[in-house]
This record gives sequence, C-alpha cells and structure tokens, in this order.
Amino acid sequence: MNHDWLMGLLGGGLIGTSAAIFLLMNGKIMGASGLIGGLVDKSGMGNWLERSAWIAGLFLVPAIMTLIWGVKPTNITSNIPVIIVAGLFVGIGTRIANGCTSGHGICGISRLSFRGIVATVFYIGAGGLTVVIFKHALGII
Amino acid sequence: MRALMALIAGGMFGAGLLISGMTNTLKVQGWLDVFGDWDPTLAFVMGGGIIPMALAWAYTKGRKPALGGEFPAPTNPEADKKLVIGSVMFGIGWGLSGLCPGPSVASLSFGGIGGVAFLLAMLAGMFVAPRFRAMID
Repeated sequence: MNHDWLMGLLGGGLIGTSAAIFLLMNGKIMGASGLIGGLVDKSGMGNWLERSAWIAGLFLVPAIMTLIWGVKPTNITSNIPVIIVAGLFVGIGTRIANGCTSGHGICGISRLSFRGIVATVFYIGAGGLTVVIFKHALGII
Repeated sequence: MRALMALIAGGMFGAGLLISGMTNTLKVQGWLDVFGDWDPTLAFVMGGGIIPMALAWAYTKGRKPALGGEFPAPTNPEADKKLVIGSVMFGIGWGLSGLCPGPSVASLSFGGIGGVAFLLAMLAGMFVAPRFRAMID
C-alpha cells in the first residue's frame, strides 16, 4: 500500500509547525526565498545571524537524517543546462514575486493573503504548463 | 535565542521536507503533471502545512512575538506586475527542475552535482534579481 499521502501530511505538519514557531517566537514569516535572498542581495543583513541559523538547520537536519536512515534520491535531471536555467528562474522569480512555496504558499494562504493566493495560482499554473510542454511535448525533462 | 529558534525552525522545516518527499524532484513534477501519472502528495503537504499556520495566525491577534518585535504587517490587498511575472518565472523553474528554494538547501548534502548546480544558479538569480525588479517597475 502507498503511504505517500500520509508521509506528505506528516511532513507538511512539521513544515507548518516550524513556520508557526518562527512566526510566534521570532515574529517573522518563514519564507525560504526571502530568508536566503536577503543574505544574497544584502537587503536582510540586519538579522543575518537569524537567517544563517535557519539556513544551517535546514541544511544540517536532512543531512543528519539521511546519514542515519540512508539517502532518499532527489532524482534531479542530469541535464545541467536545464538545471542552470531552472535555478536562475527560481532565484529571480521568487525574489521579484517576494516569495515562494513556503512564504506565499504555506504562510500566505494560511492567512488568506490575496497576494499569496495569486502567487500560488500563477506558479502552480506555470509549473504545470512547463511540465506539460517540456515533458510531454518536447521530451526534454 | 532568536538564532536558536531559527535553527530549530529551519531544522524542522528540513525534516518535514525530507519526510514528505518534497526533496524528491519526481514527486514535485509528478504533482504538476496533471496529464501524466498524477501524484497528489504535494496537496497533502500543503494542507498539512497550512493548518498549523492558520492556527498560529489566529493566535497572533492582539499579541506580540515571544522574542520581541512586532508581527508582520496585515496582508497587502494589491497584486502587482512583479508578483505575477515573478511567480510565473518561479513556476517555470520549479516545473523544469522539481526544486524550489527550501528543498534545494534541504537536499544539498545528498543531491549530487545537479543539486549543487541548481543552488548556485538560484543564488546567482537572487543576486541579479534587484536589477530585474527595477526593470519591471
């Protein structure tokens, strides 16, 4: 039997709880692109330690978990040009839109933010269309 | 204390991404692939994440963050060009790779050369993003 949906719900609960801790304790919206991007373009250096600690936890805990329980493959494409283009689009897009799946998706929708809902509709729509075109029509991914 | 809570929150976020399967790019692309073998997992992840956060938002009313400061400002009711253009760009990159910013860091230790290449390209994109933002304005 496939328990993926249950693991999704459990993992999602952990994600939402982590965002709730960050909001209630630190008073901040836990958006991955904003926390990382603020260090990259130096717009968020005022709380660099808080941002760096969050990124360190995000990197370290999965690293430790996979060391103990084994690696779960990411199955990322081996097509490096596609990866580079994708990374650039994700980096530029999330910073222009001021949020990604965590900030607009989880944190925005949960307070019925109009911008969060609009962003989510557009990135899921664009993502779905991209998969249809590049997987089914062109066969690149 | 702020850094410690951030470390804990980041760690829980990473654990959640790993457990839910969101560091597996095929599951993310499988969810976006409505015309293929559709994988509903991501909807459960979103649902599971939104419920605790909705409770947290309700709790913020009339209160202040435990470690000082203020809660985020009320939501902005206006969607602008930047929000739409940026989200479409993000969606294209997300669909192509199956990775978004959180999972790209969470899977860095075991994602191989492809994961490293994605993260470096994403950071480069974030570095040049202010210039694109100024162009749209």
